[in-house]
Amino acid sequence: MTGAMRYVDEYRDGELARHLSGKIAKEVHAGRQYRFMEFCGGHTHAIFRYGIADLLPPEVKLIHGPGCPVCVLPVGRIDSAIELAKNPRVILATYADMMRVPGSHFASLIGARAEGADVRMVYSAADALNIARENPDREVVFFAIGFETTTPPTALAIRQAKRDRLSNFSVFCNHVLTPPALRGILDVPDVLLDGVIGPSHVSAVIGTGPYEFVAREYGKPVVIAGFEPLDVMQAVLMLVRQVNSANATIENEYSRAVGVEGNRKAQALMEEVFELRESFEWRGLGWMPYSARKIKPEHAEFDAEARFGVSHHTVPDHKACECGDILRGVKSPKDCKVFGKACTPDNPIGSCMVSSEGACAAYFSYGRYKAA
Amino acid sequence: MKKRHYIRPLDIKWGRIDMTHGSGGKAMAQLVEEMFLAAFDNEWLRQMNDQAAFAVQQGSMVMATDAHVVSPIFFPGGDIGSLSVHGTINDVAMSGAIPLYLSASFIIEEGFPLADLQRIVNSMAEAAKEAGVPIVTGDTKVVEQGKADGVFITTTGVGRVPDGLRISGDRARTGDRIIVSGTIGDHGIAILSKRENLTFETAILSDTAALHGLVAAMVAQVPDIHCLRDPTRGGLATTLNELASQSGVGMKIRENAIPVRTEVAAACELLGIDPLYVANEGKLVAICAAADADALLAAMREHPLGRNAAIIGEIHEDEHSFVQMETAFGGMRMVDWLAGELLPRIC
Repeated sequence: MTGAMRYVDEYRDGELARHLSGKIAKEVHAGRQYRFMEFCGGHTHAIFRYGIADLLPPEVKLIHGPGCPVCVLPVGRIDSAIELAKNPRVILATYADMMRVPGSHFASLIGARAEGADVRMVYSAADALNIARENPDREVVFFAIGFETTTPPTALAIRQAKRDRLSNFSVFCNHVLTPPALRGILDVPDVLLDGVIGPSHVSAVIGTGPYEFVAREYGKPVVIAGFEPLDVMQAVLMLVRQVNSANATIENEYSRAVGVEGNRKAQALMEEVFELRESFEWRGLGWMPYSARKIKPEHAEFDAEARFGVSHHTVPDHKACECGDILRGVKSPKDCKVFGKACTPDNPIGSCMVSSEGACAAYFSYGRYKAA
Repeated sequence: MKKRHYIRPLDIKWGRIDMTHGSGGKAMAQLVEEMFLAAFDNEWLRQMNDQAAFAVQQGSMVMATDAHVVSPIFFPGGDIGSLSVHGTINDVAMSGAIPLYLSASFIIEEGFPLADLQRIVNSMAEAAKEAGVPIVTGDTKVVEQGKADGVFITTTGVGRVPDGLRISGDRARTGDRIIVSGTIGDHGIAILSKRENLTFETAILSDTAALHGLVAAMVAQVPDIHCLRDPTRGGLATTLNELASQSGVGMKIRENAIPVRTEVAAACELLGIDPLYVANEGKLVAICAAADADALLAAMREHPLGRNAAIIGEIHEDEHSFVQMETAFGGMRMVDWLAGELLPRIC
């Protein structure tokens, strides 16, 4: 495209990409496999959108990780959100992607909306707060999802609601943690990884410290990388070098945004409002201890689960859906029988086909010409 | 036409549409006369019939219709009025036809301010005049409050196709070149910038424009244009996919060649959307034989609405009708159909 954006285009430069591509090709040892997992859906999306795989030698294999907030939410939680939306007093405020994720029996928020539920698309927790202010006679529930990146803004919204004594605002909290998910992946027996491309935005919040266990306990290198395509290429090069020298350390490619300690303010905010759940169900990874957050009892008035008596039921994924194995990195989208046939972005069966950060959606929308 | 007399003229400044304006009675007659007739004034409307009569010309005629429900109704660079004239003229013009007449049908919500309606009607009149295509018949309906959102406008257009033209979405052939007439995404971003939950500062204006003049200049230079289409909802990506599957061919485009304004690229970056999927209202995609491409591009660039025209790719054989793109980064990817609704009520 012809538009030039400062501080963005520098990280998408085609010439630098070719240069890096040559360097990576030179460093890899022929015949050796380099299996790197990009944890984040943001990286998955960048890899497909910019065609990064075309610039990597065949020895390097990228495995897509579970870092897609829409994807990892289990069917039971979607069902609960639909249940909340159907309450005639409730306005459910949600990120757009969540509207199309199928719950049980192909129900979805977009379907609930067509049946009369008041479901509104928002870009942030602050938008949801505004809806609550503008509709004092309605109950506004924010469907909060995401890793450590979206958690602080939700905490801020709850703090503001408390300060303003907003009595019609609550949060259906589904915030999850990155490090336990990473551990969950590393514990999967059939996933063979040589290294991890670590999260960018999440790390800006939590810092690099929480990844130390990956090197220490599992002996795998981690390179934290930005979401721009050159960041991903650079991270691959750094991982290849670590593997070649039998190193396993935490390196930070994304030093322009990520420090060792992360964002202390954001961490304090999360501490103030949330506590850890003893266990939380993830799509693909199952129940994992201390892997998600809930609203502290002292803020219970803003907890939609307490307020509306939401109970969680485990609901199995659709029989044909392989999202679980895909999220664990065990299978690739094209290994799924319904991929591109019964399951497409227009008619998704599983969550990985919904979000643009989902491996199936990215593969379908950007990459399926290769399989044809 | 004999002017009727009403007790008071329409209160354009403070008045509002009420149910009587759609009742078929005197209040409606007054609205039609003092607002629509006054603005659109032409020999067909002046006859005050329920239809417009005009002589049929030889050759082939085309007809197109387009409903407009854009929100907000006033946006940077245009409004629902000008958009409703341009939208239908463009649909007619994409066959290579010369647009001749338009109809306009209004569904107005009770309570809609007359001042806003006047502004819209004036904008339509101006757009029609500038395009040289009169609005020759119309209809007005009023619905109760809450049953519509302000005003919806449906326009229909007819046009005559000059002899010898065979422009159609199924005529793209292997080796053909793909040309876009200018920067993409301007309209969608202009609309988005005014959406209630999304206000951001931008100087981007909608590109809403009637393209029949540009088309006339193009067919004068290259009569054998294979395909023409205006990439409105779903953007350039959707239009290319439509044409590829209609013609049963594949496409390869180059990201570096696609004109995008820096502001549009930046806004898209911020919102996490792809300019390829953002709506346009004053752009077209043309497909022609490789041998004609340079001449066609030159003719387009000479027209004010085609100044930024560019050849963005070519047609190849592909039974799957995939649209592929060489990214600016150097890799390849598919440019797929739009999945789900990106932006409702963009036009």
